[in-house]
Amino acid sequence: MNSAIILIIDDEVQMRKLLQITLESNGYRFLSAATAKEGLVAAATHPPDAILLDLGLPDESGHDVLIKLREWYSNPVIILSVQNSEEDIIKALDAGANDYLVKPFRTGELLARLRSVIKVKSNDESIPVINCGNFEIDFAARLVKKHNEIIKLTATEYALLSLLIKNEGRVLTHQYLLKEIWGPGYINQSQYLRVFIAQLRKKIEHDANRPVHIITESGVGYRFVIV
Amino acid sequence: MAILAKQITSIKQYVYCVLMVCFTVAVSTIFVNNIDYHITAFFLLLVVSVAAVLFDILPVLFTALISALAWNFFFIPPRFTFHIDKAEDLIFFLMYFVIALINAILTNKIRQAEKEFLIKEEKGNTIKLYNTLLNSLSHELRTPIAAIIGATDNLQNYNSRLTELNRYELVEEISKASFRLNQQVENLLNMSRLESGILKPKKDWCDITELIYDTVKNVEENTGSKNISIQADPFLPLFKIDKTMLEQVIYNLLYNAVVHTHMDARIEISALCHADMLEIIVEDNGQGFPPDEIKYVFDKFYRLKNSRAGGTGLGLSIVKGFVEAQKGHVTLRNKTDGGASFNINILAETSYLNHLKNE
Repeated sequence: MNSAIILIIDDEVQMRKLLQITLESNGYRFLSAATAKEGLVAAATHPPDAILLDLGLPDESGHDVLIKLREWYSNPVIILSVQNSEEDIIKALDAGANDYLVKPFRTGELLARLRSVIKVKSNDESIPVINCGNFEIDFAARLVKKHNEIIKLTATEYALLSLLIKNEGRVLTHQYLLKEIWGPGYINQSQYLRVFIAQLRKKIEHDANRPVHIITESGVGYRFVIV
Repeated sequence: MAILAKQITSIKQYVYCVLMVCFTVAVSTIFVNNIDYHITAFFLLLVVSVAAVLFDILPVLFTALISALAWNFFFIPPRFTFHIDKAEDLIFFLMYFVIALINAILTNKIRQAEKEFLIKEEKGNTIKLYNTLLNSLSHELRTPIAAIIGATDNLQNYNSRLTELNRYELVEEISKASFRLNQQVENLLNMSRLESGILKPKKDWCDITELIYDTVKNVEENTGSKNISIQADPFLPLFKIDKTMLEQVIYNLLYNAVVHTHMDARIEISALCHADMLEIIVEDNGQGFPPDEIKYVFDKFYRLKNSRAGGTGLGLSIVKGFVEAQKGHVTLRNKTDGGASFNINILAETSYLNHLKNE
């Protein structure tokens, strides 16, 4: 039974109600706030284990709330956004949001995001080997094995894959990945990322055209999932 | 006529006017020894009238002016001077000038009235379109809303009388209706993005094969269809295009194909590359489209005459809008062996980086 406390900041009564029922029935405790002001006060009085933050609040933009929160709050923040707003999502992720959900979303998605951000928080950095389902990665030996056979990866492919796996369950934006792996000068060279993701999928996925590990988050980035 | 004036740039209009006047002067010169020189004024007046029908007001006034001067210079004695000897010739010259001006101004007024009429007609069309929108919307949005309200009423008020299966089915109906509502809202938002005219493609490098597989997966998840097969050229380069738009285009075409063909129809999507041209073909072996309606299917709110209930007539117009926003074009034809074939062509920057060996 997890009893993590989640703070919901959303102005829509229906949305709050739905989120509360979902959280409660899955063993979470919750606090809720209808405005940016209430949300910031609630976060400061009872620092929650994670925050679900709607970007469209009546009194203040969710982006500003996120920036204010990040001045002192280090636990996960998941953004709730509306459709067709990839730019908003990327902006929020760059400002320190850990993940995002696009309304309307499935309850299962919400729970998966929550589990993964809360887990990442408590993740022990020193796990040397991670089993990802049909393959495993050994960070100490810098090796990737599939059915006990070593998969040959180039240095860049290994760096990209291990970055994705270390952030398992989290979305990493195109720009973040380009900056981390190729350097700040490559932020607009998204074709490199497309190519290396395709190559990695050919090597680690069962069917590169129907990936189950490296998932495309359209217009935003990629997410690694352990199956 | 007003449309013609818009197509010809104003400098060209002046050039045409000068040419017309020169031509008429040349022709009149041939005949001037046989006819009264006053008659040549009517030839030139005719030129002004023609110009008034074809061109904007300023070039027409200009024509009136130069034709009057040309008449004076070439035909009024003494010829080849601007000097006028006789008093009646002076009156004739001034009259010519006034008539030419009135001619120009009246024709222009008629054109303005024509333009106003067109605007009024356009407004009428907009209202008609708006009514069509309201009709199809009220149906498309009200039906799922009615399903949701009906199902929740049953669940709230008659829960004890419902069997387990009834309850399951009602919840299933709510879920389906919400999905349908969401889809319609998405279509409307896309349409309004297109209508607003501020739609600019956000181009980025795109793996077309990945995009097609992801979109097919979405369509399969949303419709339960298993009839779509994918033929992607393995040597397809990366294309620099707006991925979100292309995704919506492919989704709409495939979704349409699934919804409007029989259960075991075969739907095929293929992607090809010709130099810098991306070609995407979506084909099915269904009934095809009625040949006389093919030219209307991309029109906003157009629905086939005998189509089943459902659909706003927005899907294909969004396809066309999004393809054209990327300077591409989309065509539809019926295949000779039955079924419809949509063909999309988009010119885009390509990169073959993906077929280089590992760095």
